[in-house]
Amino acid sequence: MSSGVVETATLSPAAEKLAERIESSPVAGRARVVDLDIPTIEVGPGNWVALARFLRDDPGCQYDLFLDLCGVDNLRRRGADRASRFEAVIHLHSLSRNEHARVRVVLPDDEKPSLPSVESVWPAADWFEREAYDLYGFDFPGHPNLHRILCHDAFVGHALRKDYAPGQRWFYAEEDLRVPEWAKDTEEKAGNFETQTISIGPSHPATHGIIHLIARLDGEKIVRAETIIGYLHRCFEKMAEKHHWNQVIPYTDRLNYVSAMNNGVGYVRTVEKMLGIEIPDRGQLVRTILSEFSRIMDHCVCIGANLVDIGALTNFVYLYQNRENIYDLLEACCGARLTVSYVRVGGLAIDVPDDFVPRCRKLLETIPALLDDIEKLVNNNRIVRNRLAGTGIVTREQAVAWGLTGPMLRASGVAYDVRRARPYDFYDKFDWDIPIARDGDNFARYLVRMEEMRQSLKIIRQALEILPAKGPVSSDDWHVVLPPKDAVYHDMESLIYHFKLVMEGIRVPAGERYEWIEAGNGELGFYAVSDGRGGPYRLKVRPPCFAAMAAFEKMVVGGTVSDAVATLGTLNVIAGELDR
Amino acid sequence: MALFSKKSTLPAHPPAGATGEGEFLVTKLEEMVSWARSNSLWPFPFATACCGIEFMSVAAAHYDIARFGSEVVRFSPRQADLLIVAGTVTDKMAPILRRIYDQMPEPKWVISMGVCASSGGFYRAYHVTQGIDEIIPVDVYVPGCPPTPEELIYAILQLQKKIQSGEKSRDSRSARFAAEQLP
Repeated sequence: MSSGVVETATLSPAAEKLAERIESSPVAGRARVVDLDIPTIEVGPGNWVALARFLRDDPGCQYDLFLDLCGVDNLRRRGADRASRFEAVIHLHSLSRNEHARVRVVLPDDEKPSLPSVESVWPAADWFEREAYDLYGFDFPGHPNLHRILCHDAFVGHALRKDYAPGQRWFYAEEDLRVPEWAKDTEEKAGNFETQTISIGPSHPATHGIIHLIARLDGEKIVRAETIIGYLHRCFEKMAEKHHWNQVIPYTDRLNYVSAMNNGVGYVRTVEKMLGIEIPDRGQLVRTILSEFSRIMDHCVCIGANLVDIGALTNFVYLYQNRENIYDLLEACCGARLTVSYVRVGGLAIDVPDDFVPRCRKLLETIPALLDDIEKLVNNNRIVRNRLAGTGIVTREQAVAWGLTGPMLRASGVAYDVRRARPYDFYDKFDWDIPIARDGDNFARYLVRMEEMRQSLKIIRQALEILPAKGPVSSDDWHVVLPPKDAVYHDMESLIYHFKLVMEGIRVPAGERYEWIEAGNGELGFYAVSDGRGGPYRLKVRPPCFAAMAAFEKMVVGGTVSDAVATLGTLNVIAGELDR
Repeated sequence: MALFSKKSTLPAHPPAGATGEGEFLVTKLEEMVSWARSNSLWPFPFATACCGIEFMSVAAAHYDIARFGSEVVRFSPRQADLLIVAGTVTDKMAPILRRIYDQMPEPKWVISMGVCASSGGFYRAYHVTQGIDEIIPVDVYVPGCPPTPEELIYAILQLQKKIQSGEKSRDSRSARFAAEQLP
């Protein structure tokens, strides 16, 4: 560790408290706490499971929400005097204590990096471990189903290792697909007159985006299921390592492309925190307003598509009109409808148009009217109720164990919203509520999303009140933000800043940071590692719908195929974010 | 009926003296058929990514491709004659795209929507097919990331022109292409 802080005297109160707890744990003396952006525990693979159990169960820790696990390859990391090449980085959240923590498992073996699976401690770790196996080649002894998850099954090598060439492709044919062992056994079981295995997707009208479900049916009931993903794995993280910090922004737009603005905001916040710069209020408020509109767009597509799946086409057309109206606003701001690329590190690409506020106010009138129409059509509709109420139930305990966040978690009765738990920008200044539901079924998720749209409108209304009429939208730190074009043409110094930024990128100080925001689907986190060059050394996205999709194969068991279709709709899985 | 008479050697209007009863139209069968085909394209949206959302915009009320006879979106390749590949195709998805193309009945056309489908776009990466023309023939390429709905509508109009002009779909070429792919 470059900072290498061990003296407890320099730790923040949260890290100090954690260090005290670790001292009383079974791994005392074999794990140490360092204070980075969030308290970080360093441990070896031999003590990882014991530490994991302690972190989950200890009353002073209670890290019950498993957020993310990713690998880091230090092969080409500048200025790092690290003993080993690989490390696994885990991010955790404690719902009761409202705190994040990071665990860094240093893997001593460069040839065969290995750490025990914690799937038995946090079920949510399942897919994250498979991802680290796929992209870094980490072995997870004890994992129940350790296979490739994102890359195809004929892939050779581990793509995110630093010595893997970014453009190296491998030929893949349909018969290379790994079919789970249990699905190959198609014999009829005694007593079951109709047992069969079906394959839904990856090209299927109900699998928005491209998701592949293999299900074993008994009659119409699903008795076992496995989801295959990775059909849209377009190498976001590898691409990010090859670009400058600002050049990554268009790639972030294509993560959750249904609400592109939110991803960009989450990403640039991470970089801005690493740089330690502040952006003007006006820029922040414009980001907030457009992020909330994007959240509305996200929920509109989720609800609209879900209702189409269960046969209600009209709502889709109504909800989609909201999107078109918001597209007009985005287009006026930045010229693009869907993939906006409007944010920049340090602010926004350009100022908003003069009629920004009237445009927003007009939307504040049209959107509620359309939402009212939907509620009239849907809320007491018998078919909708029969299809959504009581299906796809996730209990509170399951939701936490599976690592769900966002509307999924809130529909199961947990009021965790990043905008309230750790307010960023101006969210602590606004008056708004976190809608929650208790049932945890598909209908609860529909209701939560509908109410969230209304709360977003409430936030936008207040943000418009305090939005300064004039002023800069970007920082004036020319080490980060491009100087105005006029100055570049007429002023030598500005020209040099411009040249350095365009050619070399922003110099982000070496270090690491995890920043998280509330995106349409839940907690969207960016874990960035910089070694002082113009672009990220490592950039990991914590995609909120990854955990939801991992839970899907457990949620559908016991229900019918038609329930699975309704459930998949309410998960709001966006393939760009899921597979990255 | 100027539409038919452009290249027709026969007069495309009723001969002099024809009465209202038993009126008839003289044209080439081929032209008649391609006129019908071009105005009732049934698209199969192979929507994989962001472009799929813009395809939804085209299909929704505001842009409404029903105005161009292409609103009958089919999710079975057996019932479609226009394959709109909207979004990035990865190496994992490529065999499925090929199979869906093969399952579509002749004649069939392909629109490659967006730069990812056309060339891989800015994903020059280890898991991304660098353009769907690596695996299937393409009739119209639409640039943009994603293309605006207007661009996709323009592509459909271009395709309609192509069909009306009598140009064959690439069936023969695709068969040869498939044969070349065999080991």
